[in-house]
Amino acid sequence: MSETAVPAGAPAPNSAPPRRRRRSRKKIGRRVLPWVVIAALFLLWQALVDALRIESFVLPSPSAIFTAGWHWRGPILQSAWQTFVETAIGFFFAIVFGLSAGIAIGSSSLIYDGFYPALVGFNTIPKVAVVPILIIWFGVGAIPAIITAFLLSFFPILVNVATGIATVEPELQDVLRALGASKWQMIRKIGLPRAMPYFFASLKVAITVAFVGSIIAETVGSNAGIGNFMLVASSRFEVPLAFAGLLVTGAMGIAMYAVAGAIERRMTGWALRGGMDIDTRS
Amino acid sequence: MKSFVELFEVSLRYGEDDDGTLALQDATMRVDRGEFVAVVGPSGCGKSTLMKVVTGLWPPSKGGVIVNGKEVDGPLSITGMAFQNPTLLPWRTTFHNVMLPLEIAQPHAAKLRRERASYESKARDLLALVGLKGFEDKFPWQLSGGMQQRASICRALIHEPLLLMLDEPFGALDMFTREELWLAMQELWLARRPTVILVTHDLREAAFLADRILVMSSRPGRIIAERTVELPRPRALSMTYEPYAVGLVQDLRDHIGAAREVA
Repeated sequence: MSETAVPAGAPAPNSAPPRRRRRSRKKIGRRVLPWVVIAALFLLWQALVDALRIESFVLPSPSAIFTAGWHWRGPILQSAWQTFVETAIGFFFAIVFGLSAGIAIGSSSLIYDGFYPALVGFNTIPKVAVVPILIIWFGVGAIPAIITAFLLSFFPILVNVATGIATVEPELQDVLRALGASKWQMIRKIGLPRAMPYFFASLKVAITVAFVGSIIAETVGSNAGIGNFMLVASSRFEVPLAFAGLLVTGAMGIAMYAVAGAIERRMTGWALRGGMDIDTRS
Repeated sequence: MKSFVELFEVSLRYGEDDDGTLALQDATMRVDRGEFVAVVGPSGCGKSTLMKVVTGLWPPSKGGVIVNGKEVDGPLSITGMAFQNPTLLPWRTTFHNVMLPLEIAQPHAAKLRRERASYESKARDLLALVGLKGFEDKFPWQLSGGMQQRASICRALIHEPLLLMLDEPFGALDMFTREELWLAMQELWLARRPTVILVTHDLREAAFLADRILVMSSRPGRIIAERTVELPRPRALSMTYEPYAVGLVQDLRDHIGAAREVA
């Protein structure tokens, strides 16, 4: 496998596992580093707002944001939960559809040639433009958000799975064909396992765009969810509260990415540790 | 003796029309059952194409291929294959890589569930035979190149194929590892006696392993010479440095040199 063929979001060949004893302190440092960076950003932000006396309705200080957020924690959590559920449902359908369509497209050049241009065209349509149509069809509520989450997130999954299956080494195909393997056996024994690192890597991308999708839909037309919450807050000029919604959104995005990353490491450890060794040989 | 593999004036042209590359031209050869045949030739002479034609992976453009008394018209499931690249599945352990053909090739796939224990012990025995005992549960990337290649050969042999096709399986290894694997290969062949077609560019390797050596011309490939190796078995590595083998290698070398000049 050449590195240039790896699509966006495909697993990066990892370096050797760290030697435990010598690097353990460094490792703890790395764990803490992101939090230090975030804390420092907030401190800088606070200092700038205080020093320049920026009005709260222009750029609220972190302390004002946290105060407002804590005050309204009930509605915020409720909205966040709504958004999470919509995202999760849309994402689930994206996995089902992306995986099955990816298998079909990756394993048949006929299906690939036929459907891929249409899919690319579809993917280029800005999904914000689709949301009003979805609202006309399904009314204001959770369903447009779920569908938007789905529409945004299935494509990276599909492309990655298709790539993983389509790039199986020809010699390996020969080995299996010479054993009398059926098309489906080839997909199940080599295509799918080989596509798994691509699949799990794409989940990280897909979950974040699914999240963006449901928030977009909520902002354009909904009466619930964190997108709607932020819209309402800013229309009332409660800027600190709108920022609190943004922070919660960011935190949820990071959390979902982390979960997808953890699943990826668990499921495809072989690709992170040994994939490079095998793939560079030929 | 009845031949097991027979190629009759086989030509193969890649691509549909007449200007496609002609990889094989009127290649005619026969291999007896249980015989070990090596095919040598200049690089790019269509040796690998020959493998694909014999195993039925590519239909010949002209001519006929008969294997085991039947005209070949599709992939043959009685073959095992190993390539220069070990092509092991990185998500499977060595042991499960070797088990792969049993999950696919009939009649083993149908019997695997009921007779799993006996199949598994067979796989372990085979791995032990090539010196991979204790490495069954390692993943391919935890093995050296030579060990991966041993595992790859085990995978080619586990379903007891009647025909073993080896496409430069030792080509990417250093000389010492290569010689070790020659010995392992000889042992496997003596133990099971499959029909083997070995494609190689290493003439010493051909002289050490094969009963008969076929020389191919440069592209489009044809069989231009044939030598029988008259060395007793089991053979020792030192035999390849004795006058008979050295003479044989030189003779083959001249043929290939001539074939290259013509091109």
